[in-house]
Amino acid sequence: MSARDSDWDGVRLHIVTGKGGTGKTTVAASLALALAAGGRKVLLVEVEGRQGIAQVFALPPLPYEERRIAVAPGGGDVYALAIDPEEAMLEYLEMFYGLRRAGRALTRMGVIDFATTIAPGLRDVLVTGKTSEAVRRRAKNGRRVYDAVVLDAPPTGRIARFLNVTHEVAGLARVGPIKHHADLVRGVMASPETAVHFVTLLEEMPVQETIDGVAELRAAGLPPGGVFINMVRPAGLPDSYLDAALEGRFDVAELALGLKAAGLADGPGDASATAEALAAEVAEHARRMRLEGAERRTLAEVGLPRYELPLLADGVDLTGLYELSESMTTQGAA
Amino acid sequence: MSARKPPALRIDAILDDPATRIIVCCGSGGVGKTTTAAALGLRAAEQGRTVVVLTVDPARRLAQSLGLTELDNTPRPVEGITGEGTLHAMMLDMKRTFDEIIEAHADPERARMILTNPFYQSLSSSFSGTQEYMAMEKLGQLRRSGEWDLIIVDTPPSRSALDFLDAPERLGRFLDGKLIRVLSAPAKAGGRSAFKLLNAGFGLVAGMLTKVLGAQVLKDLQTFVSALDAVFGGFRQRAEQTYRLLQAPGTAFLVVAAPERDAMREASYFVERLAEERMPLAGLVVNRAHVSPAGALSATRSAAAAEDLEARGEHELTAAVLRLHAGRMQLGAREHRERDHFVSAHPTVPLAQVPALPVDVHDLTGLREIGALLAT
Repeated sequence: MSARDSDWDGVRLHIVTGKGGTGKTTVAASLALALAAGGRKVLLVEVEGRQGIAQVFALPPLPYEERRIAVAPGGGDVYALAIDPEEAMLEYLEMFYGLRRAGRALTRMGVIDFATTIAPGLRDVLVTGKTSEAVRRRAKNGRRVYDAVVLDAPPTGRIARFLNVTHEVAGLARVGPIKHHADLVRGVMASPETAVHFVTLLEEMPVQETIDGVAELRAAGLPPGGVFINMVRPAGLPDSYLDAALEGRFDVAELALGLKAAGLADGPGDASATAEALAAEVAEHARRMRLEGAERRTLAEVGLPRYELPLLADGVDLTGLYELSESMTTQGAA
Repeated sequence: MSARKPPALRIDAILDDPATRIIVCCGSGGVGKTTTAAALGLRAAEQGRTVVVLTVDPARRLAQSLGLTELDNTPRPVEGITGEGTLHAMMLDMKRTFDEIIEAHADPERARMILTNPFYQSLSSSFSGTQEYMAMEKLGQLRRSGEWDLIIVDTPPSRSALDFLDAPERLGRFLDGKLIRVLSAPAKAGGRSAFKLLNAGFGLVAGMLTKVLGAQVLKDLQTFVSALDAVFGGFRQRAEQTYRLLQAPGTAFLVVAAPERDAMREASYFVERLAEERMPLAGLVVNRAHVSPAGALSATRSAAAAEDLEARGEHELTAAVLRLHAGRMQLGAREHRERDHFVSAHPTVPLAQVPALPVDVHDLTGLREIGALLAT
């Protein structure tokens, strides 16, 4: 492991979860870029068949195959893998039982579809199993193939169950190969080399889900990582102005004078209408900021490292991903 | 900004029309579907209708704003409605709904066998399509009860908006499919060649499952399948009935989105899919749009003026406010572009936009405000 000054030195599996709409995939992709920076090799994995990675990197749909998709700052490679549970099942059967042709036959009969869909926890064991295999994989020279693996995981509401595979398959198999496999996966998930990061916004619902998710993980003996606060808008104005706006004593007259000086008068020599409208906007912004402040304090109580990622004015594109990854590096997240 | 202007979505016309019996709110996760459903329910009730809102997994505060404190699968009256109408709200308990179907269709012994089977427990609590299926089952039950003249359904937070349409069919296929026949048929396999084939298939499957999962699992699976098969072979038929209910006139689909790329893309897929399935689309609701009270002042002019003031070292406050405004207008413009992509692809779909509110909704007053914004 090369010496890097990051909060997660020694962590090789980064699991990224978050409520829908918080930008989980964007954060996972940026984290992979940040971790790969400076000549390292990182695998970015997705498991929900959404082709989210392909979308954020503006690529055609990814196959069930590890392929290089991006180059990190300072030379480094990000590989991507979209895990398909059915393919993972066939691979598993082939790898452990040498059942290749039989597997194909079973697929045609719908058995694989059935097994990966309703057998309790089997689907999750397969995708987490494939991920842990990539984490542990070594090249011929004995070195790890990937310096780190980033998993774009299911949403916060499902994360503890998703990772707590041993418990999930307990109803299915108390002994036998599946149980053994689940125990192995569980060992990787609960190890100090794994961290589960939460992506949230400074809004009530995602913050609440983060708190609940962290508690669930802790209860299940799984390692919470950091909290990535996404789409943060800058306060823009000093607190004194925001407080004034909240208390209805914002200096509209001074604002109007300034507008006039800048040549933004509404009509002949007057800028009061624009000033009033802007003051209303400031008041709204101040209320939002106060609410965000409260959510920030709530998140601080969780006791995990926090990173704030800016709202990208032009939306998420490749440039934006690099911008976010740089912000992560600066804050010590990677 | 494009010259193309989508037709306005007339929410009140839909809510007022006695022919509207079901409104389905769908869209990707995190776009405010549940809030929209609740706001529509309140507005319809206050216009005099007898309404029930079926929600799936609402946020705690929103549930409280409707007076819902428990997940008990029963419509509960919402207090504080003005006017003649009534509003009930309920939270779907998918496992309970599934259990009830089993209990209603099986003798007690068989029901017990199914309910305690590990495959059933997995199917009823974590199969990705069960929530969707049960939401539709509940919708059917509410419709048949005849107690409501308007039912508003909030669809489950699927990984993709389309799951909602596909899941019932997928679940139906599982419980009604070839595999189930194979697994439940071994006893029937006799001398005839067709059965021999089945038997060979079963042998392969059984051998494999025993090897990978163990014999107990296979036994559980067979018990489950045969018990379930005896209870209702017509699972697919039920799914089809619900499907037809959704296609019927009197149903209105509202696609809910936020003005962001992913959500608008999902909305597009959904609109196309509804058309393919001949399901009646009422329109698109775009939540959380950032509009400015000073919309006449563009981002470019605002930023240029701020720069000018900063260069002169004057009016620090005004410069900061102009920067803030420029950022807001830039965000608004980006959202507008995302919306325009949708409008160019679907120019005839009526659209309503709800501005982003600075605070979250906590009570009926907040829901009423959203209802009013939806209707303007």
